[in-house]
Amino acid sequence: MSSIKIELRKEDVDFIKGVCDSFKNDPQELINVLHTCQEHFGYLPAEVQEVISDNLNVPVAKVYGVVTFYSFFTMTPKGQHPISICLGTACYVRGAEKVLEEFKKELGLQVGQVTTDGKFSLSSLRCVGACGLAPVVMVGEKTYGRVAPDDVRNILKEYE
Amino acid sequence: MPREKMQIMVCGGTNCSGTHGDSVIDNLKLEIEANALENDIRVLRTGCFGLCNLGPIVKIMPGETIYTKVTPDDAKEIVSEHIMKGRKVERLLYRDPSSKKPETTESELSSHKKQLRIVLRNCGIIDPENIEDAIAHDGYQALSKVLTEMQPLDVIKVIKDSGQRGRGGAGFPTGLKWEIAYKNMADQKYVVCNADEGDPGAFMDRSVLEGDPHSVLEAMAICGYSIGASEGLIYVRAEYPLAVHRLKIAIGQAREYGLLGKNILGTEFNFDISLRYGAGAFVCGEETALIHSMEGLRGEPTIKPPFPAESGYLGKPTNVNNVETFAGIPAIILKGAKWYSSIGTEKSKGTKVFALAGKINNVGLIEVPMGITLREIIYEIGGGIRHGKKFKAVQTGGPSGGCLTEKHLDIPIDFDNLIAAGSMMGSGGMIVMDEDNCMVSVAKYFLGFTVEESCGKCAPCRIGNKRLHELLGQISEGKAKPEDLERLRNMSQVIKDTALCGLGQTSPNPVLSTLDNFMDEYVAHVHDQKCPAGECKSLMRYIINKDNCIGCTACARACPVNAISGERKEVHFIDQSICIKCGTCKEKCKFDAIFIE
Repeated sequence: MSSIKIELRKEDVDFIKGVCDSFKNDPQELINVLHTCQEHFGYLPAEVQEVISDNLNVPVAKVYGVVTFYSFFTMTPKGQHPISICLGTACYVRGAEKVLEEFKKELGLQVGQVTTDGKFSLSSLRCVGACGLAPVVMVGEKTYGRVAPDDVRNILKEYE
Repeated sequence: MPREKMQIMVCGGTNCSGTHGDSVIDNLKLEIEANALENDIRVLRTGCFGLCNLGPIVKIMPGETIYTKVTPDDAKEIVSEHIMKGRKVERLLYRDPSSKKPETTESELSSHKKQLRIVLRNCGIIDPENIEDAIAHDGYQALSKVLTEMQPLDVIKVIKDSGQRGRGGAGFPTGLKWEIAYKNMADQKYVVCNADEGDPGAFMDRSVLEGDPHSVLEAMAICGYSIGASEGLIYVRAEYPLAVHRLKIAIGQAREYGLLGKNILGTEFNFDISLRYGAGAFVCGEETALIHSMEGLRGEPTIKPPFPAESGYLGKPTNVNNVETFAGIPAIILKGAKWYSSIGTEKSKGTKVFALAGKINNVGLIEVPMGITLREIIYEIGGGIRHGKKFKAVQTGGPSGGCLTEKHLDIPIDFDNLIAAGSMMGSGGMIVMDEDNCMVSVAKYFLGFTVEESCGKCAPCRIGNKRLHELLGQISEGKAKPEDLERLRNMSQVIKDTALCGLGQTSPNPVLSTLDNFMDEYVAHVHDQKCPAGECKSLMRYIINKDNCIGCTACARACPVNAISGERKEVHFIDQSICIKCGTCKEKCKFDAIFIE
């Protein structure tokens, strides 16, 4: 599965058990369980999936299959300030790719990677529905609209 | 109901919230309190007004005054001038770009004149987090009428007679769908609302959920009553946190008011709704894939039949409709089938919501009667192409649709005409492109999307689309052979004919429609190694204009790969075999001597 190995603390295991219990350990609630766990841990490492698998009584391969099927779920941790560039059609025709290139250049990252200090991670997403603001960039919960490649440096500066 | 003398409505949609709309609300409230006006003036956070390019939007009632691009600092002036002295804040009014005249009220806006709001009737008017607001605007009246005056089959007949077709993409008649689900007997049936708006560039479902969630809940209950279901599920994108938040509030309030739950409105009818979250998979817009996803599985489609109406969620008869379809239902019940079917064209009744975006002046959400032309939408409602550029194409139907061009501007838009023109209605995304967009790149963009979103279950979609994407990549790099264009078309046709579900069957559409409409652009890429729109990077050439170059050496010093040679005070030269097309030289040149070919 993933190369990152982590040790779950007892309270983490209890948290996951609690989440599964709150959904009555119903295998059909797997996606809801994964959502809640990702919200808590920031990502879904193999160890978390194993605990979910035990509690819902679903093979771990199936849990992994679901995690990797949906683009919302991730097995790598995000940076302290996750940066997402919208590549929906409206953003694309207004030059979102050039903005993404600029972020890659400034941060020295590819999509899906995290800076070594864990500060920034870079991802692309498909349409946040804010097409009036295209091209759109999200840093954490904050939305930046009508972003031009020249704005990228200033956006990053806000988080230094 | 609202006892206040005046209401200030601030758009709380994602577009406006993203541009400090929330701080505008906070500051307005502070100003109102500072002037002790809180008993007379109510500040509401409403859903989307549809003027997404001009946000944040503030509307003041009565009078319908619309202020655009309002900043948090403007709150003081709005309260002191408009509210207290009755004088409009001129500088915040919208000005028509051509006439420069201020357009004060919502109905005066040129972009609103051709619109007819049925689905969006309450968006931007009510506070979506307050059920009393919804009830004051006819919310749950249709449900009450259905439960007290109508039999299930009467309801189905009204919906059938109205001619409404599903707004999710395929356009299947809603009434017929309900009837099939009604006829399939089972101990349990389900009503599912598809709110997994996956088409990148479409945001109508989100706007409805954010602006008027109660209309969807009400319609689901009506559907439940008609087909004999007591449980409803909304499958909503997790990427829409505001929509999820408002749905949760709306469901809670509806239960509290006895409009969901047991013995609704004192009748025998029980119906409750819960939420299921999507997790970012475009294929889950397909009903069977959506149902698998709701069951906690990978969202892979299965062959139909059996249709969900026979065997759907947990193997029980399930009726799946899209958000926009549901949102129109209460209006049809209250105003009647005849009224609804009088709007639109012969085979496509009613109105359609479009998300107008891309290279257009008025980006936003519009609702228009079926049968309107593209020309009216783009030039009258949309205000024309940005920066006075030339219109090139509009993509409808998202990654499953195709592009429409100049020659399609005057056909009446409905389900069947769009298919005849090589595109489709889809969920209603409309992305406008201008002369700077390369159609080969656009086709490549959509195929890139499909490749990423293909679930991988069937070979034509999993392998075929990947090959199409590779071929398009070669074309955009000028590495394709002339016969590749024919291969592109053949392969597209095979995928269309053999893929398992709607995603695969429609994925080659962007390729086929760009081949049909912009063959010359493909030929230019393949034969001349040129990109007429100047978008394909590998086909770009930076060239130095001999007449303008004075030999200042600025470009040569800036070039990161030393591709520029030339003596001081002599004309410089760019070696194309070394150039990486970064554009730094053009940026550095002060004499406009470098151009792109």
